[in-house]
Amino acid sequence: MLEKALSGSNRYWAWIFFLLAVIGIGCIAYWKQLNEGLGITGLSRDVSWGLYIGQFTFLVGVAASAVMLVIHNYLHDFKKFSKIVILGEFLAVSAVIMCVLFIMADMGQPMRVANILLHPTPGSIVFWDVVVLNGYLLLNLIIGWTTLGADRKGVKPPDWVKPLIYLSVPWAVSIHTVTAFLYAGIPGRHFWLTAVMAARFLASAFAGGPALLIILALLVRKFSKFDPGAEAIQAIGKIVTYAMFANVFLLGLEFFTAFYSNIPGHMHPFHYLYVGIDGHTKMVPLMWLSSILAVVALAILVFPHLRRNESILAFACIALFSSLWIDKGFGLIIGGFVPNMFEGITEYWPTLLETLITAGVWATGFLILTVLYKVAIAVREEDTAVEH
Amino acid sequence: MTINRRDFLRIAGLSAVVGVGAPVVINNLGKAGLEAAQIHPDPRALKGKRWGFVVDVSKLATDEDYQKCINACHDIHNVPSHKEPRHEVKWIWKDTYEHTFPNTAEDKIMNKELQEKNFLLFCNHCQKPACVRVCPTKATFKRESDGVVMQDMHRCIGCRFCMAACPYGARSFNYVDPRKDHAIKVENKEFPTRMIGVVEKCTACYERLAIGQQPACAEASNGAIVFGDLEDPNSEVRKLIAEKYTIRRKPELGTQPSIYYVIGGGEHA
Repeated sequence: MLEKALSGSNRYWAWIFFLLAVIGIGCIAYWKQLNEGLGITGLSRDVSWGLYIGQFTFLVGVAASAVMLVIHNYLHDFKKFSKIVILGEFLAVSAVIMCVLFIMADMGQPMRVANILLHPTPGSIVFWDVVVLNGYLLLNLIIGWTTLGADRKGVKPPDWVKPLIYLSVPWAVSIHTVTAFLYAGIPGRHFWLTAVMAARFLASAFAGGPALLIILALLVRKFSKFDPGAEAIQAIGKIVTYAMFANVFLLGLEFFTAFYSNIPGHMHPFHYLYVGIDGHTKMVPLMWLSSILAVVALAILVFPHLRRNESILAFACIALFSSLWIDKGFGLIIGGFVPNMFEGITEYWPTLLETLITAGVWATGFLILTVLYKVAIAVREEDTAVEH
Repeated sequence: MTINRRDFLRIAGLSAVVGVGAPVVINNLGKAGLEAAQIHPDPRALKGKRWGFVVDVSKLATDEDYQKCINACHDIHNVPSHKEPRHEVKWIWKDTYEHTFPNTAEDKIMNKELQEKNFLLFCNHCQKPACVRVCPTKATFKRESDGVVMQDMHRCIGCRFCMAACPYGARSFNYVDPRKDHAIKVENKEFPTRMIGVVEKCTACYERLAIGQQPACAEASNGAIVFGDLEDPNSEVRKLIAEKYTIRRKPELGTQPSIYYVIGGGEHA
């Protein structure tokens, strides 16, 4: 089926070469990092994780969100999703690959990463994260490829794929729960030490991932003859709305606990992120931008008649996705490290090289996504031709 | 001189055998040496079930007193000093009362002398270390025999999870190459230097304990840092803890840190 990605319009090839160029620049930047060390980033002794780990965390959520389509399609038998579910599965594949790349980019000694498997340490959450993420990647590749292949031949997917589909549902929940446990079990980092972390991760994932999927589905319809279905898009819009409200609610709970308890260590990260401490305000504009975007998105999504207008829906989804990207892909990590373990402040900001590497990883993800979608769309377009 | 094909192959083959074989043999000799050292430990080696420290800051008066302890450690362990503060590597350092005990920092009317006092901070060699719990490769591990929290810089993958997990900020990462730009002023050939991308920290001078010496900081401290076995009721550290009022950093986190601070600060304290 992969050959279908080898023929396309000029616009398709221009997009592919643009992505390849960004990947190329990212590789050059990474080569420098590999030789000179992570000193080329903005990371420090006090803020030892930054953009890479933030992006990793955010993208685990994007990957997990595919489950929202799978549940409706296979468990609830809501067949309006049957055409769009492949887009979710392939989005999950590219998101997990980006996660792996971000983890690799963050390693001080990437050549030694196999040590995680050579010296398996079940007590470490990282070990489990490696297991569940790779398992999830495999599941989605197998399910997506098999169902699409069956679709192309005009037959039903083989029976053996059904149990894998059911397995992928709790598996999706597990990848984001385990990722939350990376943070939520650390003593002394007040911002992360919260029982609702995993719940918040899932809520934000089921808002952000499907929001991206709506944008992608609208783009697919615009640039191809394959229509993922207006009803399916509306149904996802509803999921996004509920999940985002749950996410904002959970964030509100964090604020309540920190400020009503009045425990300094719990309040300080929030102070730093939203108002700054002692003139250290690098994060403040970003966090407020994230908050405003969240409010705007929710104000639109909550009204069904606004949501039904696809242009407005697309705008709301972009706002929501950006809001979560800032909050989870950046603020969440930095808030854990500032103030530091001594209640001192060391600020963090990514460097140009770090940003280029990050862009390179995103471009790799989009390249994989484009190729997979191209295959899926080609198959779907053939189907449509047969049906009519 | 001409070399025919057969001779060339013979020489090439022989060089390959020597080239590949020699390091294998040398490595194995090295390994045999290491095992022998374990089978016959140095009779002078210090023995304890759980090493710990009592740091009496009332015995540290001048900046020089602190610096002596810091230099003693950093010099023998090839700890690099970088110009860029972000890349700082430190095993033992000086910090204020407020930073050492941040949960008590809200008190604005406390004893001035204490508030202005500096403390010596280094790895707490916790009984239940969070860094060990999170490490995905066992590169950091607690030595069962004596409780020292060790760091294997050759196994570390540089994920920095331990840095996120340590509540005491005891860990440093080699963001830049410590062997470059004269970051190590005078190299101690007895102790390994590190490479980029690995985490390091105080390892309670395991290499000195093995030959019967006290940790370098304790030796240089003029009695301000006392080292000993916390499990032994007759040890000097236990006697000091029994006699004086001591506090530990962030005991509420359940990590059971093994550094006890005698804070002094006034006659009635």
